[in-house]
Amino acid sequence: MSVIAQSAAPRRLARSRFTFDRLEVLGPLFIAPAILYVVVLVGLPFLLALYYSVSAYSIFNPSYTFVGLKNFREVIDSEIFRRTLANTLIFTISAQIIGLLLGKIGAMLLMQEFPGRRLARALIVLPWAVPVSLATLAWVWMFDSLYSVINWTLVAAGLIDAAHRPQWLGQEDLAMIAVAVVHAWRLFPFGVVIFLAGFTSVPQDVLDAATIDGAGFWRRNYQIILPIIAPIIMIAVIFGTVFTFTDLSVVYLLTKGGPINSTQVLGSLAFQVGILSGDVAHGAAICLFLFPFLLVAVILLLRSLRRREI
Amino acid sequence: MAAVVAKDIRKDFGEVAAVDGVSLSVHDGEFLVLLGPSGCGKTTFLRIVAGLERQTSGDVLINDEIVNDITPRARGVAMVFQSYGLYPHLTVANNIAFPLRTQGTPRPEIKRKVDWAAGLLGIDRLLHRRPRQLSGGERQRVALARALVRNPTVFLLDEPLSNLDAKLRASARSELKQFQQKVGTTTIYVTHDQVEAMGMGDRIAVVDHGKLRQVGTPSEIYDHPADDFVASFLGTPPMNLVEHDDGLLGFRPEHFLPREMLDGAVLSELPFRIDRMEYLGSERILYGALDGFQAKREVTAKLPAHVSLSGIRTGEWHKFAVREAELRYFDRDGRRIVSAKEQAR
Repeated sequence: MSVIAQSAAPRRLARSRFTFDRLEVLGPLFIAPAILYVVVLVGLPFLLALYYSVSAYSIFNPSYTFVGLKNFREVIDSEIFRRTLANTLIFTISAQIIGLLLGKIGAMLLMQEFPGRRLARALIVLPWAVPVSLATLAWVWMFDSLYSVINWTLVAAGLIDAAHRPQWLGQEDLAMIAVAVVHAWRLFPFGVVIFLAGFTSVPQDVLDAATIDGAGFWRRNYQIILPIIAPIIMIAVIFGTVFTFTDLSVVYLLTKGGPINSTQVLGSLAFQVGILSGDVAHGAAICLFLFPFLLVAVILLLRSLRRREI
Repeated sequence: MAAVVAKDIRKDFGEVAAVDGVSLSVHDGEFLVLLGPSGCGKTTFLRIVAGLERQTSGDVLINDEIVNDITPRARGVAMVFQSYGLYPHLTVANNIAFPLRTQGTPRPEIKRKVDWAAGLLGIDRLLHRRPRQLSGGERQRVALARALVRNPTVFLLDEPLSNLDAKLRASARSELKQFQQKVGTTTIYVTHDQVEAMGMGDRIAVVDHGKLRQVGTPSEIYDHPADDFVASFLGTPPMNLVEHDDGLLGFRPEHFLPREMLDGAVLSELPFRIDRMEYLGSERILYGALDGFQAKREVTAKLPAHVSLSGIRTGEWHKFAVREAELRYFDRDGRRIVSAKEQAR
């Protein structure tokens, strides 16, 4: 390099004036609130749960006695818990399938040009945005044994007999369908958004090529579009699974886990045992059964994200 | 026999006519280039022929049958897209096999045809890779193989070379042309690059603002442009156009030379003031103005670089000339006026 001008003694600028320009200062500073949040609201409760799950702690006897894995053994031996675990899986899987299916159909409709499309796109997010308690209360009325608008419609359409109206929240199998449908309804806007993002990310050239190559609607959808957007859908599935697996609000507001624990899920059971009944130790043990499932989900999520980057 | 015929094709997007009454017939086995600036409607025309877009009015005929309401797959056309449109999740072999699968071709037949197409284009070694593991040139070959594999009636190519770097483009150009001659499939090739058009086309159709300006062989288009648009679109630098007798007078820069370099033939002498010069290795471009003529753009002269420039200096007037036979006349609307002498020829 050629020297253009040389000053006698270069002046050193004060380092402190540019402290906030430096990445090694700014980075940790900006990420600190997020770390604090995770440590206080996720890390500590998790450690507390571990701590209580190996104790005999209850609100009636708040002294700490170490009991080892006794709570876990008791929980696994309990009929209700095993039913709850099965319910949780059924609830999660069926809500995913219904939600994603509706999401895909919704996204395909919203890809079409029609008047009012922008309004429809805005409205579709409502189930996601409405507070879960309000929305679920509306569903409680829709499933009500006497005033159910669903039953009224079915009777009016002549599909069912007025004397044998289904008790949506009172029959074991119907109650499971009801909670899954409500949760799928909450999930589906997310599905729509994800599918929309996926559809718009498929290059027009590829779609045109498929059309020219003789692919009809189904082949284009299932051999071209879906495989291309599969990584994006995968993220939606894992997100939705985590979101559903840990959810207790829909079940708690709609059925309180009943009738006869037929809709009890891990979240609602843990809440019932640990908080409502005051048996903190067993509640914590139930909660911890979420952990292995969520761990697998998170690993899958991170792996699929990494694969997308390559 | 004409493989593809377009009759008065029109396509409106709202108020804008993207294609404005194009009639064109492409002969069997011909390599026809649609040449025009970007946004002139050439890609829209190609998509209409392919069936990806429905024309507002007019008819498309393929092998003497009107195919207006026929889906792309039934038209039997194959198309190569600007960014190739390869299926990113499929291997090269499956990309090539895809159009055969949609036709329900038996499996051994698919294998045979894929191997044949891959061999023809020299991509046999790549059959198990995915598109993102290929270079631009390899992708283009895969796209061609996919187009070729089901013996299409027409190849439609939409700027297939524009994503390649300059060096690769030159070799791909001649390969593509040789390849087309080998398979003999009727081809419509869209480009905005006049070098591609001149080098590859059996005939060139020049398009501007959705209208067909001229159809002809490369030499017809270059030497006898039908109007001032064609004259000024082709050639680097393009034809000089100066105002003359209520119309335009045109001549190519390479025909506009110092007086002493031209001898014998009937000449028009034109005094030329040189403002600046560009040295391009094999040639020099001289920019300047003519005495007594108004021109919208600078007048240019193109001289072989080996010609000595002694005596030629910028800022001075020099005696330049054009052979009478190289002069082209256009009327006030820019249309070519053919002189009596030329008509006689």
